[in-house]
Amino acid sequence: MRASASADQRTGAARSRPPAALLLPAVLALGFLVLPLAGLALRAPWRQLPELLTRPAVLEALRLSLVAGLLATGICLVVGVPLAWLLARTDFRGKRVVRALVTVPLVLPPVVGGVALLMLLGRRGVIGQYLDAWFGITLPFTTAAVVLAEAFVAMPFLVIAVEGALRATDPRFETAAATLGASRWVVFWRVTLPMAAPGVAAGAVLCFARALGEFGATITFAGSFPGVTRTMPIEVYLQLQSDPSTAIVLSLVLLAVSVLVLAALRDRWTGGAVS
Amino acid sequence: MSEGLQARLRVRRTDFELVLGLQVAPGEVVALLGPNGAGKSTALQALAGLVPLADGSVQVGQRCLEDTAQRVRVPVEHRRVGMVFQDYLLFPHLSALDNVAFGLRIAGASRRAARASAHTWLEQVGLAGLERSRPAQLSGGQAQRVALARVLAVDPDLLLLDEPLAALDAGTRLQVRSELHRHLGGYPGSTVLVTHDPLDAMVLADRIVVMERGRVVQVGAPAQVARAPRTDYVARLVGLNLLRGHSSGHQVALDGGGTCTTVDRVDGPALVSFRPAAVSLHRGRPEGSARNVWQGSVAGLEQHADTVRVQVEVTSAGPLLVLADVTADAVADLGLRPGAPVWVTVKATEVSCYRA
Repeated sequence: MRASASADQRTGAARSRPPAALLLPAVLALGFLVLPLAGLALRAPWRQLPELLTRPAVLEALRLSLVAGLLATGICLVVGVPLAWLLARTDFRGKRVVRALVTVPLVLPPVVGGVALLMLLGRRGVIGQYLDAWFGITLPFTTAAVVLAEAFVAMPFLVIAVEGALRATDPRFETAAATLGASRWVVFWRVTLPMAAPGVAAGAVLCFARALGEFGATITFAGSFPGVTRTMPIEVYLQLQSDPSTAIVLSLVLLAVSVLVLAALRDRWTGGAVS
Repeated sequence: MSEGLQARLRVRRTDFELVLGLQVAPGEVVALLGPNGAGKSTALQALAGLVPLADGSVQVGQRCLEDTAQRVRVPVEHRRVGMVFQDYLLFPHLSALDNVAFGLRIAGASRRAARASAHTWLEQVGLAGLERSRPAQLSGGQAQRVALARVLAVDPDLLLLDEPLAALDAGTRLQVRSELHRHLGGYPGSTVLVTHDPLDAMVLADRIVVMERGRVVQVGAPAQVARAPRTDYVARLVGLNLLRGHSSGHQVALDGGGTCTTVDRVDGPALVSFRPAAVSLHRGRPEGSARNVWQGSVAGLEQHADTVRVQVEVTSAGPLLVLADVTADAVADLGLRPGAPVWVTVKATEVSCYRA
């Protein structure tokens, strides 16, 4: 990374200054991305911070968001890693279609995802009606619904990151393990997964960050009940109407988490290349 | 009944078809020697079960690993076939010790027992003290020995080595080669080794199978292959001149015209070989005891260690290329340069002739 950075400097020095027609919009774009965050930091009631952060409503939203985000990440790991493995290591008919389907939640408006979940798992939903009739389970407007909504939206991040990591590990190590007597399952646990571990960790962090910020699908599918489904982003939205300073504090917390995620992934992202 | 490895392989690849019959006794080391693309590695992969046979069978001792006629195909992980890969493929996330213990753990050994055994194996290959090293910290020679220990630790019925020395630099190669020879000597099962280096094959193998374009072109003990090459490829590898012809008595009528006199008595299609050092070059027509005298011109010169290897295009015995090793002095005295006319002599006693 360092080498490529110095190479950039050399080419920059060798060439003339970039044209203003490109430089100006570039600076504008950067300012557009950074200035709102600066505004947030400037308007933050820093002195009241400890008091605001320890308010019951804030703590409750914080706790719920962490629990739901971790559970959603856990679900994504358990089912997403095997899906990524299938995409990276096997050949089957319709693989391209499957890969396209995996990425749908990336481009789908989250609200639509929430509506879709409601149609499937709601009390009158395709599956939800049987869950209700046979087991007495109703998912919508529960913490479980929050977890499902977050998992739905965050899963593609994990699958794509892990698939990339698996593709980057040489499958011949798996061949070597097989000649030493390892079955495919053992190879997966003892060779494939450990070798792709950094990529899996990065995928999980990304997945968690996305789950933490989830708003649209959650409020649609799970609603906004304090302590049950009211996660941090929803709390921010609601507090902005009544108590802006609390909303700002919560926003700062979410911003801090984002910065931490970026720091955790710095080698993979800020270097320019996903390796 | 049968002991060791018995294999009949027929494998189709996109650019060629491999056809190979192989018998390797327990304790015997057979080298598959050939140029790139000869199908050597494909043969190893077929034995290990990594590529399917189009036709044929693989049997190790009493165990049938594959038989297309009976639709038997034992999967890789159940073959008990150990393979050392060209680039070793040590697991980068495990220490040297855990790499060696890997197969033992899978076979059901406890972590402690596997590590104890792996420790002993590392000692045997001379790597005591490097247990905790990661593969990235090992030198090429060390990595090769860890790879060997990892395979030998699981006590395979058949040992396969794919270019085991190719990734090493010349200095370590010499030492690792002789050590590998010692370890192979201690291994009781059959060993099949793939290499494109004739020296590796000569030193490590009891028997050499030379392959070209998916077919066997010569089989024999190393000394036999080195003395009596059967194809241009082998002749070039072992550094001999090789001519073809039809022999009756001591006279061989060469395929390109001309004759060659030998002391060996062969009748029928024959091959003739002689060392480049046994060839003399002359400016004028020589008069002497040498029975084989040909006329030609210098096609090229190449400096070797202490001698110059001269390529002579012989015109009097059909177009054929003869290699001669002479001193640098001789090159200067005779004025040898590309295109210079030259006479070539070889004594009949220096020529060996054998059935084609």
